[in-house]
Amino acid sequence: MDMNTAWFFLIGFFITGYAILDGFDLGVGVLHILTRDPHERRINVNAIGPVWDGNEVWLLAGGGSLFAVFPVVYATLLSAFYLPFILLLVSLIFRAVSLEFRNKVSSAGWQYFWDLSFGSGSLTASLLFGVMLGNLLQGMPIGKDGVFTGHFRSQLNLYPILIGLLTLTTFVMHGGIYMTLKTEGKLLERMRMHIFTSWIAFVILYSIVAVRTYFIAPFLFKDLLTTPFSWVAGTVLIVATFYIPLAVKQEKYLHAFLASSVTMACMILITGLGLFPLLVPSSIDPAYSLTLYNASAGPRTLTAMLGIALISLPLIISYTVYIHRVFRGKVVISEESHY
Amino acid sequence: MDVVSLSRLQFALTISFHFIFVSINIGLAWFLVISEMLGWRKRDGEIYVQVAKFFSRLFAVTFIMGVATGIVMEFQFGMNWAGFSKFAGDVFGPMLAAEGLLAFFLESSFLGLYLFGRNKVPRRIHWFSILVVAVGSTFSAFWILAANSWQQTPAGFIIIGGKTRLTSFRDAVFNPSTMLRFFHTVDATLIVAAFFTAGIASHLLLKNKRIDVAKKTLRLTIIFGLIVSVLQIVPFGHEHAKQVAVTQPEKFAVFEGLYETQAHAPMVLFGIPTTSPQGLKWVIEIPGLLSWVTFGNASATVKGIKDFPPEEVPPRALPFLAFRTMAGLGLFFVMVMLYGNVQLYRNKLWEDKKFLKLLVWSISLPVVASQLGWIAAEVGRQPWIIYRVMRTREAVSLSLSSEEVAFSIILFGLLYAFLGALYIYIVKREVN
Repeated sequence: MDMNTAWFFLIGFFITGYAILDGFDLGVGVLHILTRDPHERRINVNAIGPVWDGNEVWLLAGGGSLFAVFPVVYATLLSAFYLPFILLLVSLIFRAVSLEFRNKVSSAGWQYFWDLSFGSGSLTASLLFGVMLGNLLQGMPIGKDGVFTGHFRSQLNLYPILIGLLTLTTFVMHGGIYMTLKTEGKLLERMRMHIFTSWIAFVILYSIVAVRTYFIAPFLFKDLLTTPFSWVAGTVLIVATFYIPLAVKQEKYLHAFLASSVTMACMILITGLGLFPLLVPSSIDPAYSLTLYNASAGPRTLTAMLGIALISLPLIISYTVYIHRVFRGKVVISEESHY
Repeated sequence: MDVVSLSRLQFALTISFHFIFVSINIGLAWFLVISEMLGWRKRDGEIYVQVAKFFSRLFAVTFIMGVATGIVMEFQFGMNWAGFSKFAGDVFGPMLAAEGLLAFFLESSFLGLYLFGRNKVPRRIHWFSILVVAVGSTFSAFWILAANSWQQTPAGFIIIGGKTRLTSFRDAVFNPSTMLRFFHTVDATLIVAAFFTAGIASHLLLKNKRIDVAKKTLRLTIIFGLIVSVLQIVPFGHEHAKQVAVTQPEKFAVFEGLYETQAHAPMVLFGIPTTSPQGLKWVIEIPGLLSWVTFGNASATVKGIKDFPPEEVPPRALPFLAFRTMAGLGLFFVMVMLYGNVQLYRNKLWEDKKFLKLLVWSISLPVVASQLGWIAAEVGRQPWIIYRVMRTREAVSLSLSSEEVAFSIILFGLLYAFLGALYIYIVKREVN
């Protein structure tokens, strides 16, 4: 495996880390809108309180790494997705400050405003990630030297919106499962209901998306059945998906959480294997597509970055696991609760 | 306005607003490390724990503002400056990535442990968590400043096929201005935090609230503040200016308002830039001082603005005025902290109402000085995005229209005005 291929998979690893970790934060944010009781809302925010900020860093670390190892992809995608990204940034800003601001003033109107802002920020961000991914998969109008020639409106057609709804339902399901680890009583009951509903929506949407993708981006399926690796990933995906409701029914919530994490990891892996060696397919001419070779940084940069990743990732994973372990278990609201 | 000017305006807006919170937070994190540590003292430890608890709430709000506005920075290079990103990503990208992987992960993860874990983990681990936050923020500053310094004094690369190619990561990171900029900037954040905490403590004393907390805070921060304000002038600020004189002489000439190349170059204490003829009016200057301060020799020759090609000279007025005001404020900080220490020594600090009021009014001044320093440094780097390698106007995204950038500036402008007002409102509420 050469350095460029290694980095293709490492970027995929960052995306997976982000989806699994910040995915549940975003999902809890969306479910927050459906939670009405003020005490229960406090449980929601304190459930993700100690960890959401660390989780969000996966997005920044992934973005920074993409900039370093595939600068042309970073520059092309971000300038092409200018308006969606502005909206994404505004959503993430609102989400972040809402958590900190909401309990600073004890008036119902104030808290209602920040609860709504937290929820809608999470919802918009979850949708936009999918919309951008959908645009990438269906091919982007990029010309010579990776210059985007399309339009914002052309980015909002059916396929990207379907993928947006899929990421949204996935995060809601995943967030609901996270909340079963954090809640008790009535709130737990309601979270279980949300999981079943969003699981059904997820299965239906993913099936529709799979069929649509076969017509819109057939190249993604080119070696799904010929390479054993994809075949294994596909099987694991199906098993994990169908294990989720089973585990929730049996109240094995940690298992359910692992299953939905594995589900997301397999979805990303299968998409990545389908794309390989492309990073951004061009809809104008396949010759203009950005690949892991024509869009990459030089060999020294790839080596330096690999060094940085190999030093930092084991550390990041160990202290992330440690911190999540410190805050494991049901949320108890007390005088000392920060949110 | 064209896409280049609008994109510059947007970057200026988003980075300045972001840096307000960063400059408060890095110093404040170290203040919390010290307070939590003093919390172990038998005699008065309990009060220091109260100090830490009080300021940790302000720290949390400021930190989140820094995080929220910081996400924008990570992606703006690609959004508005795709030309720059494609050209320089090879060298510039790894420094931003290193910031995320080696620093920002640390501070963000351990902040949660610090804020939510006071009763969940042993005390020394809780203290360790704020230490990691402080170390992480300082590392963050290092990587971001290394990236910025590389734009000012690029090193460690060659250009092949219209793109930079890294030759030495170490040379790129430790380019000629990185370490001096790092010390200068981190010390600035310590001054910001000293005045921030001193001002809030003075406010509490004047309002007769939380007297114990206020006295401990003020004592700590007045002593600490004097040390960091003095260090900022000599050696950090002074050495950084000397380095600019060597590495970016046009910028230095603009800072100092020096138009003619001359031996015995004067230090301009006051002057107003004029456009025709290009120069200064109402000048107060000390002959030979600039040559002496910069090169240790009053007869040394310093190059003036007129000796550089006009298309390579930065805008003159803004960096000149910003630099001068920043330096003036720096001297003011030393005097304030010196006076505070005299009053503390004479045991008259707590009753000196006028001085306490001055401290309250000075809260924002080090933030202003930091902003002015950045304006001087960044406007002074123009017309280059990478000094003598790439011009700012060649760096912008080709796919953008002016309308798109204008829209995002208005959006960010409104959002940041709203958030800034809320921040001040919440800090005031928390203090009272």
